[in-house]
Amino acid sequence: MSRKGFFGNWGGAFIPEVLHQTFRQLEAEYTKARQDPSFWQEYSALMSNYSCRPTPLTYAANLSKHFGGAQIYIKREDLNHTGAHKANNVMGQGLLVKRMGKKRVIAETGAGQHGMATATMAARFGFACTIYMGEVDVRRQRPNVFWMEKMGATVVPVADGSRTLKDAINEAFRDWVTNLDDTHYVFGTACGPHPFPEMVSWFQSIIGKEAARQILEQHGRLPARVYACVGGGSNAMGIFQGFLDDDVELVGVEAGGHGIDSGMHAARLCGRDASPGVAQGYKTMFLQNDDGQMLETHSVAAGLDYVGVSPILSDLADRQRVRFESATDREVIAALDLTMRLEGIIPALESSHAFVQAFKEAPDLTADDAIIINMSGRGDKDIFTIAHAFDDPSWKAFIIARADEYRK
Amino acid sequence: MQLEETLRKRRQEKDILLMTHLVLGYPSFDVNRAIIRQMVENGVDCIEMQIPFSEPMADGPVILKANQDSIAAGTTVAACLEFGREMAASFDIPFLFMTYYNIIFKYGEERFLDAAKDAGIQGLIIPDLPPEMGGDFMAMARSRGIAPIQIFAPTSSDERMAELNGWADGFVYCAARRGVTGRKSEFGSEFNDYLVRCRRATSLPLAVGFGIQSREDVAALIGRADMAVIGSRTIRLVDEEGPGAVGPFIASLR
Repeated sequence: MSRKGFFGNWGGAFIPEVLHQTFRQLEAEYTKARQDPSFWQEYSALMSNYSCRPTPLTYAANLSKHFGGAQIYIKREDLNHTGAHKANNVMGQGLLVKRMGKKRVIAETGAGQHGMATATMAARFGFACTIYMGEVDVRRQRPNVFWMEKMGATVVPVADGSRTLKDAINEAFRDWVTNLDDTHYVFGTACGPHPFPEMVSWFQSIIGKEAARQILEQHGRLPARVYACVGGGSNAMGIFQGFLDDDVELVGVEAGGHGIDSGMHAARLCGRDASPGVAQGYKTMFLQNDDGQMLETHSVAAGLDYVGVSPILSDLADRQRVRFESATDREVIAALDLTMRLEGIIPALESSHAFVQAFKEAPDLTADDAIIINMSGRGDKDIFTIAHAFDDPSWKAFIIARADEYRK
Repeated sequence: MQLEETLRKRRQEKDILLMTHLVLGYPSFDVNRAIIRQMVENGVDCIEMQIPFSEPMADGPVILKANQDSIAAGTTVAACLEFGREMAASFDIPFLFMTYYNIIFKYGEERFLDAAKDAGIQGLIIPDLPPEMGGDFMAMARSRGIAPIQIFAPTSSDERMAELNGWADGFVYCAARRGVTGRKSEFGSEFNDYLVRCRRATSLPLAVGFGIQSREDVAALIGRADMAVIGSRTIRLVDEEGPGAVGPFIASLR
């Protein structure tokens, strides 16, 4: 029995027979690209010219002083084109799609960042593009829907199940099994059937490669700890890969929602609610009931609101190479508020989870220690959610006035 | 072997066999009971009972909704196993379980197989468990006399079909087209070429499913396959006209 595509106990490719051939082609193309040094050169040239790579590693002097412990550095994935680390994966897969000669791409999206990045890539490379997005997420991330449509993508709201990310993934798979000859499914995170977890992590490793070099240049030695939020796990895998072989503590922060004991969260690897399962083509820790039915998840951050997690991270958790923590919705808003006021930086709600845990631990470290927070995306896309969470009176007045204007 | 033999025996008396499908607990076990009785009384040769799963990625909108409604109504795996036992004891045709792998994985592979065996279930259809992932499980099923049904797709190469045939038992399920369940299929020359390839790849009976909805569709399979599979069409029929419509519909197919 082939154990290819497994990481310890996790991963695999639990796919319907109709996709067998498509996955073989994808795996062959991916393997060829990995063995071809010119592919990575083309990829990184594209990312520096079209996106904004290398993204800076910003020293957060005010936050460091505020907490009085470790020196805090922020890896600025928000400065990528489209405003999040998602572009790294998408542009890489776009190059593979060109090599495979396919003409159409589809994607799922939760927060809308992956859909947005995919729509951008499709526009640039001249592919047709359909994005599946849960109805709940369409409502909470309306600005991203607007931009995807403006870039020529068709956005399909998914009304099945919990109407969030997992349902969008199921629907994208249904499209794929129907149109597999000309269509590539641009999977957005380090989950799903092999080779997606490994391939997405490879494209995202550009974050960690840069960060490892930058921290040595700026701080003179490796950081004590690296923090990343974990939804599917692609930004975490991206930055962690720069430090896996070093004496650096890696911390993944999951969505604590209303609290880890509330049943209203999306914590798979910390907390006690998840158990091993197989869904959406791979084996990992899932939030599911005793019968194996997936549970509703909750997070203020749409991008973390997901039942499964990267099989590679499940393995790193087993091996205790990555420590997992969680941050509640309330803590996230507080950390976001502080970061905006002290540094003039607006992290996405997803990324703010990593800030929460870093802020909790920074005071315990010394001024000689550095920590890196992976700021996976920018928060201005979340303006509706954040303004709502802050209960901002002037924003509300603006929305009411604008709505009145449209009603006329 | 038991399933294959039963189907071969039935096939000697008919041009083509019929397999039907239903989602357990949708709209209720009582309605399932009434539907199965009508199916059997109108000559159905084999029934696949789907244990609902919250993420049925290979199913189209009709079966997807049936899965979700059934789970929302409180259907459990234990209740499905018990219902399967009741049906297998009540009717003299083979019953299969269709479900996604997580249901079995979570229940425990051996525990599930023992329960299915005990209930008199003769085969399993698991669309998201290819032999690369489920080889050991399939061997365990066969050792209990439960057939792990293999699926051919139009995208399967000859080489791949041969490989799948090595794992196959009972019959081979040939998906008539790409895509998910519940949409009409075109039965043109490309389709016939595909069935010829399927026939060459295995000596087991061939079942053809996905998009078979009418007497014409069933007739088109005579001489090319051994069994026609009626899937979401009956679910839609029950939704629209009630369980009483199932018997006449089945009777009209041959």
